Amino acid sequence: MFWANGLLNSLAFGSLLFLLSAGFSLIFGLMRVANLAHGAFFMLGGYVATSAAGAGFAASIVAAGLAGALFGGLVERLLIRRLAGRELAQVLGTLGLAFIIADQCLLAWGGDPIAHPAPAGLQSAVRIGSFAFPAYRLFLIVLAALVAALLWLLIERTTLGAKIRAAVDDREMARATGIPVSRLFTIIFCLGCALAAMGGALAAPVMSVYPGLDSEMLPLALLVVILGGIGSLGGAFLGSLLIGIIYTFGQMLLPDLAYVILFLPMVLVLAVRPQGLFGRQVA
Amino acid sequence: MKTIIAALLMAAILMLPLILPSAFYVGIATQILIYGLFAVSVNVIAGYGGMVSLGHAAFLGIAAYAFALLTTVSGLSPLPAIIGSLALTTATAALFGLIALRTTGLGFLMITLALGQIVWGVAFRFVDLTNGDNGISLPRSSASAAVVSPTVFFYVCLATLAATMGFLALLMRSPFGASIEGVRDQPRRMSTLGYDVWVIRYVTYVVSGFVAGVAGILYIHLFRFISPHALSLTVSSEAVLMVIAGGIGTAFGPLIGAALVVLLKNVASAYTDRWPTLLGIIFLFIIVAVPEGLVPGLRRLGTKASTILRPKAVVSSRVVRADQKGTR
Repeated sequence: MFWANGLLNSLAFGSLLFLLSAGFSLIFGLMRVANLAHGAFFMLGGYVATSAAGAGFAASIVAAGLAGALFGGLVERLLIRRLAGRELAQVLGTLGLAFIIADQCLLAWGGDPIAHPAPAGLQSAVRIGSFAFPAYRLFLIVLAALVAALLWLLIERTTLGAKIRAAVDDREMARATGIPVSRLFTIIFCLGCALAAMGGALAAPVMSVYPGLDSEMLPLALLVVILGGIGSLGGAFLGSLLIGIIYTFGQMLLPDLAYVILFLPMVLVLAVRPQGLFGRQVA
Repeated sequence: MKTIIAALLMAAILMLPLILPSAFYVGIATQILIYGLFAVSVNVIAGYGGMVSLGHAAFLGIAAYAFALLTTVSGLSPLPAIIGSLALTTATAALFGLIALRTTGLGFLMITLALGQIVWGVAFRFVDLTNGDNGISLPRSSASAAVVSPTVFFYVCLATLAATMGFLALLMRSPFGASIEGVRDQPRRMSTLGYDVWVIRYVTYVVSGFVAGVAGILYIHLFRFISPHALSLTVSSEAVLMVIAGGIGTAFGPLIGAALVVLLKNVASAYTDRWPTLLGIIFLFIIVAVPEGLVPGLRRLGTKASTILRPKAVVSSRVVRADQKGTR
């Protein structure tokens, strides 16, 4: 019972991590930009959803996603693009942006945690015999699996995806063959930020939204992509599940040291495969 | 001319505690020295080594927490506590280096960030040991009896900073220092020449972690208080900002950057609570407008303004160099 409950909680948390880190991994894979504002987008999405809660739960998630996409697009056009070819400057720029977003969220929504109740239909628990589990968390697991499948279809089965893959493999060659690489950058950045913001909105009923959520989630996203291999969707999926399981069981068994335990899988994976489980060797 | 200015500057810094109107200002000057030392430690790995670490606050924090715990809980006297704390910090740097240096460039940056946040999480959540968000205070009576007055402590910090910078200057002038810069600029060529690139990076990282630990020891003596905030990503990135603002890879740039950031923070906090927003805006301004650092950058902007009057412009090579550094 303990293990089943823990495992389901791990999967639910891993699902949220996947929504967060898939976008990060996509952006890094295509653009070589480590978007350090990703955690801030996650938190912003959560806050936007709490403010849009009056319009209904589904609408609040959509609102968060739209806000993430719009803001992400602006950031890519106004900041990332201006710093093209300067990887470190792009990283530090997004870091500066993360501080601004977090501080403005504090100004707009205050310092107290804000709850965002799950929709009425999902507030109950699903019972199998004597075993009960919150329906909302099951919903998260199903939803993340669905998003993973859609992203996989997008990248592996559509023309847009083929162009993205081409641009990831060889940016210059893709550009030479007429693929609009810079437009792809904007699309991927919007998509990645929208995923993070929707992740934050979906996380709100489980974790609530509070200042500091951004800097709590960002390292988890980094751990996921370091474990799974940067730029790999499958890696982000597996990495999310691994970190979800380790973090959840860590908090259940050794609450004081849950953070230290996160360190162990990173050491093990990096020792064997510096490029991560699914990562490719980059010269 | 240059030596005269340097001598005058040195004299001014030495006289500072005697000129400043109150202990409050001496405290701020001391803060600049301590954050300056911390920025110097980041400059060792980022400027000399060419790898930006976003988790250096962990080393400052570990040294400060270790000193606080060793003196209050274990009842050690200050000197053994300092030695123990620095040993622990260096050991942690040696461990983190093994992990972070599995990759370079952006991977290194991301792993150091994650490691730094893990240490922050431990300081925040391991309440039994660290007292969580409430932090640990040193009792008034205990700890280094040598620290009798703010003025004396200012000179202690100044001497530590000078000694560290002297040591680093010697290190960078040695053949090993040349190999550090060689690995930064031409890792493949260095590897072909038979240098062990990994070992050179590793030693640079551990030295950098040790210096950050020394800054942590001074930190806990100045504030007599340590909380998870001192280990946060904000502090790590403030140090990176100091280095970039002052001029990355230069000897005195980090000190100028530290002075700017500490003074700005103290002035800003008098008017507004929105320091993180201001910090973010400064980040964006420096990165977009003067990527090579404020001092060379403003000089460049000045030259640019004057070349509008004189059409035969000389392209500043510093700009190009700073950009190359940025992409590494």
